[in-house]
Amino acid sequence: MKYLALVYYDEKRMEQKTQQEWDALNQECIACVEDLSKSGHFITGSPLMPTSAATTVRVQDKRVTVTDGPFAETKEQLAGFYMLEAKDLNQAIALAGKIPPARYGSVEVRPARELMETGNTAGGNAG
Amino acid sequence: MPESIQVRLQEIYQTESRQVLATLIRLLGDFDLAEEALQESFAAALCQWPADGIPDNPRAWLVSTGRFKAIDQLRRKARFDVSYEDVADRLENELATEDTLETHAIEDDRLRLIFTCCHPSLAPEAQLALTLREVCGLTTEAIASAFLISPPTLAQRIVRAKAKIRDAKIPYEVPRADQLAERLASVLHAIYLIFNEGYSASSGDSLVRRELAAEGIRLARLVCQLLPEPEVEGLLALLLLQDSRRKARVTTEGDLILLEQQDRSLWDQAQVNEGCALVLRALASRRFGPYTLQAAIAAVHAEAATVEATDWPQIVGLYDALLERMPSPVIQLNRAVALAMRDGPAQGLVLIDDLLTRPPLSDYHLAHAARADLCRRLGQKTEAQQAYQRALALAQQGPERRFLARRLAELDDD
Repeated sequence: MKYLALVYYDEKRMEQKTQQEWDALNQECIACVEDLSKSGHFITGSPLMPTSAATTVRVQDKRVTVTDGPFAETKEQLAGFYMLEAKDLNQAIALAGKIPPARYGSVEVRPARELMETGNTAGGNAG
Repeated sequence: MPESIQVRLQEIYQTESRQVLATLIRLLGDFDLAEEALQESFAAALCQWPADGIPDNPRAWLVSTGRFKAIDQLRRKARFDVSYEDVADRLENELATEDTLETHAIEDDRLRLIFTCCHPSLAPEAQLALTLREVCGLTTEAIASAFLISPPTLAQRIVRAKAKIRDAKIPYEVPRADQLAERLASVLHAIYLIFNEGYSASSGDSLVRRELAAEGIRLARLVCQLLPEPEVEGLLALLLLQDSRRKARVTTEGDLILLEQQDRSLWDQAQVNEGCALVLRALASRRFGPYTLQAAIAAVHAEAATVEATDWPQIVGLYDALLERMPSPVIQLNRAVALAMRDGPAQGLVLIDDLLTRPPLSDYHLAHAARADLCRRLGQKTEAQQAYQRALALAQQGPERRFLARRLAELDDD
């Protein structure tokens, strides 16, 4: 089963790190990805540029509107993601707990679902 | 049908239905399918046992019948939706290959069910509802009335929890060693909340509440039997020792009676003895936690013939140990009250006044009530009155308000 691990932390706190500290954390992430790949749990993933580089796109009345920044202000911001293969939620939690920046913020673990022609879950309850 | 078989069947339902359900959930991998299968297997027993007699191993019979009924059910559904075909095939193949009815595997199923229902990825209120429904077998109506919500709301909560178990694939397992301590804490907390819901809340149907407290103790006993860890013994001890004071802690009108004013002869001695023995065992392990320490404090009270004869130095020491593991303002307050008993009200008052300078205790009615009591003992009548009035203004529950009003009135009489 696929789980998406979304990594959140307070960007302001990370900006206060020295270059050396920041590089050390990134090296930990490289090692973490290597471990997850070796054990066959890593599907894909990436760190993200900070929310200052974000753009929000909406489509209303067939018109595309573009605004700067993420759509909601939050205390912690999305910093990266890991798509993981795990046998169940307990294993996904154990893997997510090894993601290095988890100790500065939080990791949200969400099961992924399949896109299907019909019978899609997680919506369409009416009628 | 001979009446004896019907009575026997009812007894078997009482003792076995939750175990049968726990095993069916493992075998079928689905809560709802397992519930249906459970009902069908008992319906089949009702038809067959009067003629064939009660099988040697009723539990195994019920599990195996329930499983066949579930496969039948899936085959019927597969006529309209082919996706059920695969599930039915898989279940039938498993049936041929594995020996799933071993006793120890079945015992573990109950523990698996508890860990799944109390999984920390479920909201606490969902954990409680699911545990009471699936592990204890309480009806939706009974649980709803205990939590003072409508049955449809409660039913919805259970449906959502089951959907999350399925969608997020919360496994049906006792967690591995590296996750066990944290998960066990979640299970113990849920059991504690179930007990407390029945024990401390003053509103709602008292019979249902009594049942919740009893279910809490039953659950703690079950986990203790399946997973005899020191902290589980500590929790069971704590619940037994608190429950032992049940008859002494309220008047016939439902008013609260403080520990120091309780008629100790009303304490249930069997529960006290069992609780104290469990505490000693848990403490001796040296691997205990907050529940064991709280139980140890309750045990020191339980062993004292009077308030004055209580070993207050030991109680203060236990609160110190508890604060190290669980720093909480309410525990600091309790420690201050115990210290006042050990060293005199003036010493206690210094600590309480400090705690009252900041939230959350500055708005906590029991902290002001404790201050009032110490002022009263020191003969500071005006300060005591003011503190009781502040406590009264903050208190929510009827019995607590009546208690504080009574204390205030007694002060005026002096």
